[in-house]
Amino acid sequence: MGGINKNPEREWLKQRLMGASLCFVFVFSALFLRLVYLQVIKGDEYRRLSKTNCVRLKSIKSSRGLIYDRNNTLLVDNRPAFDLTIVLEDAAPVKKTVKHLAELIGESFDELMDSITKAGRSAFYKPLTLKRDISRDQLAIVEAHQFDLPGIYIDIEPTRHYIYQKTAAHLLGYLGQINRRELQDGKYPNVKAGDSIGRYGVEKSFETFLQGKRGGRQVEVDVNGRVIKVLKTVDPIPGKDICLTLDLSLQRHAEELLTGHDGAVVAMDPSNGDVLVMASTPSFDQNDFIGGISSKKWRALMDDPGRPMINKAIQAEYPPASTYKIVTAMAGLEERVLDWKTKFYCPGFYKFGNRRYQCWNRHGHGDMDVVSAMERSCDVFFYRAGEELGVDRLAQYANGAGLGQVTGIRLAHERRGLVPTKAWKKRRYKEAWQAGETLSISIGQGFNLVTPLQMAVFMAAVGNGGTLYRPRIVKSVRETEGGVVKHIEPEITGGLPASPENLSLVKKGLLKVVHGNRGTARRIRLKDVDIAGKTGTAQVFSRKAGEKFDNKKLARTLQDHAWFVCYAPAKNPKIAVSVIIEHGEHGSSTAAPVAGELIRAYLGQTESGIAMLPEANSHVSGSPEQE
Amino acid sequence: MMFDRRLIEYFDWGLLGIIFLICLAGLIILYSAVTAGADSAALHVLMKKQVIWMAAGFGIVMVILLIDFRDIGKLNLFFYTVCVGLLVSTYLFGKVGGGSQRWLVLGPVRMQPSELMKISLIISLAAVYAENVSEQGLGFRNLIKPAVLCLIPFSLIVNQPDLGTGLLLLLIAGTITLFVKVEKKVIFTFAGIGLLLVPLVWFFGLKDYQKGRILTFLDPDRDPLGAGYHIIQSKIAIGSGMITGKGFLHGTQNALNFLPEQHTDFILSVLAEEWGLVGCTVLLFLYLVLLIWGLNISYSCRNMFGSILAFGVTSMIFWQIFINIGMVMGLMPVVGVPLPLISYGGSSVVTNMVGFGILMNISMRKFTSSRSGQ
Repeated sequence: MGGINKNPEREWLKQRLMGASLCFVFVFSALFLRLVYLQVIKGDEYRRLSKTNCVRLKSIKSSRGLIYDRNNTLLVDNRPAFDLTIVLEDAAPVKKTVKHLAELIGESFDELMDSITKAGRSAFYKPLTLKRDISRDQLAIVEAHQFDLPGIYIDIEPTRHYIYQKTAAHLLGYLGQINRRELQDGKYPNVKAGDSIGRYGVEKSFETFLQGKRGGRQVEVDVNGRVIKVLKTVDPIPGKDICLTLDLSLQRHAEELLTGHDGAVVAMDPSNGDVLVMASTPSFDQNDFIGGISSKKWRALMDDPGRPMINKAIQAEYPPASTYKIVTAMAGLEERVLDWKTKFYCPGFYKFGNRRYQCWNRHGHGDMDVVSAMERSCDVFFYRAGEELGVDRLAQYANGAGLGQVTGIRLAHERRGLVPTKAWKKRRYKEAWQAGETLSISIGQGFNLVTPLQMAVFMAAVGNGGTLYRPRIVKSVRETEGGVVKHIEPEITGGLPASPENLSLVKKGLLKVVHGNRGTARRIRLKDVDIAGKTGTAQVFSRKAGEKFDNKKLARTLQDHAWFVCYAPAKNPKIAVSVIIEHGEHGSSTAAPVAGELIRAYLGQTESGIAMLPEANSHVSGSPEQE
Repeated sequence: MMFDRRLIEYFDWGLLGIIFLICLAGLIILYSAVTAGADSAALHVLMKKQVIWMAAGFGIVMVILLIDFRDIGKLNLFFYTVCVGLLVSTYLFGKVGGGSQRWLVLGPVRMQPSELMKISLIISLAAVYAENVSEQGLGFRNLIKPAVLCLIPFSLIVNQPDLGTGLLLLLIAGTITLFVKVEKKVIFTFAGIGLLLVPLVWFFGLKDYQKGRILTFLDPDRDPLGAGYHIIQSKIAIGSGMITGKGFLHGTQNALNFLPEQHTDFILSVLAEEWGLVGCTVLLFLYLVLLIWGLNISYSCRNMFGSILAFGVTSMIFWQIFINIGMVMGLMPVVGVPLPLISYGGSSVVTNMVGFGILMNISMRKFTSSRSGQ
């Protein structure tokens, strides 16, 4: 079979095969070139990309510091909140997935889609929050249906938890999301967009301590975003814990006593300025603010005429009314306008110029000395004293008592009140001071304005012998493990402008208010505790001289505010209390009993050790305990 | 059956050697692909299976070698009918997997008849063409029987649906046809019909996801986390290998499941990421040698049927390589075509081994010189 090699068929076959070989070589060259393109020309870029797909930085939120009361009872905690998030790319088709999700957990489809459309186009890879803080039931449903809900992930975020709803709400405060301006200002270096910062109360004042420092992790993730490996970790630094001077059980008792009223109670320790109680009603639930308060709830709070968002203890200014007489007495004694023997006669009115200034007792008190004038709150006595002193000297002593200026408590929005002077009136009203106005001032009406806190500080000073303390709300700042970071020492801001003798005379009068036979607050007298204090009834609107009316028939909003300020025990006071009940009619009828009951509870507890206060978790309800 | 000592003389150790090398490379890459993944425990089982398949494949090769390829050729219609029968059975009783009904369970064995069909069709086509081959090329008449032979399995396979294997079938058939030369006018006619068919097929024949695949192939950025995702991640894996690769078992894309199907269709990405351009070039080189070897076998065979058959098998290997590597690098649409002897998959390994068996069969018997018969 020679000549095979020259067989035309073989020649043809050779041709075809050569053609095929060329094709193969050509194709493989193309493949090789493509490889070169990907691996050499674009190699660096792909190398980098392979890193950015895998390696991610995950920021770790630090846990916010906890807040305790003076007895180490936990008031404010953190709890895990489960946020529902979506990664759009994984969740496609998005509308279908969200619809299914909405059906499963019982949420509105439109609301969920809203969060997505608001985020815009920038967010394909990043998880978007659909709903914060879902309930455990919803969580269980989402977890169970994981495979029907692609791209839906649960994010766990630590969230603030105010354990005792509405208790010390104004003092503790609440959180709110940081806004863009605040982020840009650089005042909050550890805070990222979407984080919350303190917006009110202690949460705000001690933000730098409470806010920890974020940490981070370098992680390798797979295509589903699941963390496969942790490369590096920078641990977050938790916020510092805060120990308040607040006494929780006393605070709750005070709030319970205020039920049904709008008003404030401040209780302090006269030996160091510790704020034991700061209650303001109506109050609000701080937990509502977590994750952003609903506009409905916000509206309700704003529209409530009781002004729940105001901390009445420091932000509301009232005429001090008869409680001011303590200042007048102090000023009068110090300025030697009167002494322990001085008597003024009260016929029920005082004629000044061509006007009659009424005493609250129209029938008159008869002969009054400073002690009995305090006991029975005789206006005439103090008109006389005030007239002698003049407004400017009164102002001087009022300032000396800490009025007309901020106490320096570490809370935002403290008001300073008002202590009028001639110069002030000239500036403010462009009018000269009328001598008659001094009379109103001397009994605490007129332009005078004080806050309940100022009165508490003042009473504490009177009780402790004349030392004005800066109100202390935080005792110490601690690490979570317990090491003390900072101890806040009691701070003296001044001394009352009164000699010990004069002061003890004033104190005698105050004691009589409760323990004297005609004391305006004799009804709150306790068996084994001496309470010294002063009632006050602040006029809400001015009355014409001589006008008679029945307070009870007035609309509540026109009724007078009721004051009672005191300290106890009279000899070595352990607590100073100031109470104001808005529209509470008379200081003696509404405000004083609150203070009295509070003192009984506080001192009864410390002396005998028997707690007769409501359980921490029970509802605040009904009327205060009766004796 | 003749047992000729010359069979041993002409035993193609070279081919065996190349196949063995490729298998070895395949196992190394597969090991990486299954080890680095998240659920590697389960995947190590695959490793074992692949070895078993390869061993079985070699066994089958030995068996095939014993039969003269020409005898196989005589039985081509029989094999063809059996395969079509199996395909029909799959259609009727087949198991569904991965969105299509491709599997047939015969006792302990699970197999894809579509894979066997490839071999059967090649044999049948080679047999038909061997008779009709001419200098001028095939005319319309000559193509009728081949066309029918192709279309029956094609439609059955595409119906599964397995567009990838169906197209592969057509490509192989087309290549063989063009190889044996077709009249120019026939080519143009078919081209014309094809151009007309394309829009028809596009609008009425293709499913949405298939359209999506093609569109994404044209523009992968269109869907970075969906249809185009595989390609982009694959390119990242390949590109990130750069020249020397990240090292054995150090492929991060691979490890983190960024490469789906990393042990099957996208296994080249694993190779590229870990062994770089160097590794890829080595594999390409091995494959090219393999293909040229196959062409050489085709040439050395004195029997037209054998030559066409050898070419047919070679083209089958070629297309699988081209489509798979092209797809993995973003040059081809994403279709499920495995890389011969590298991708995991019993059917693929066995089918290719059968093909190699046929090649070796032809190679061993190249001393026969007559056109047909003995």
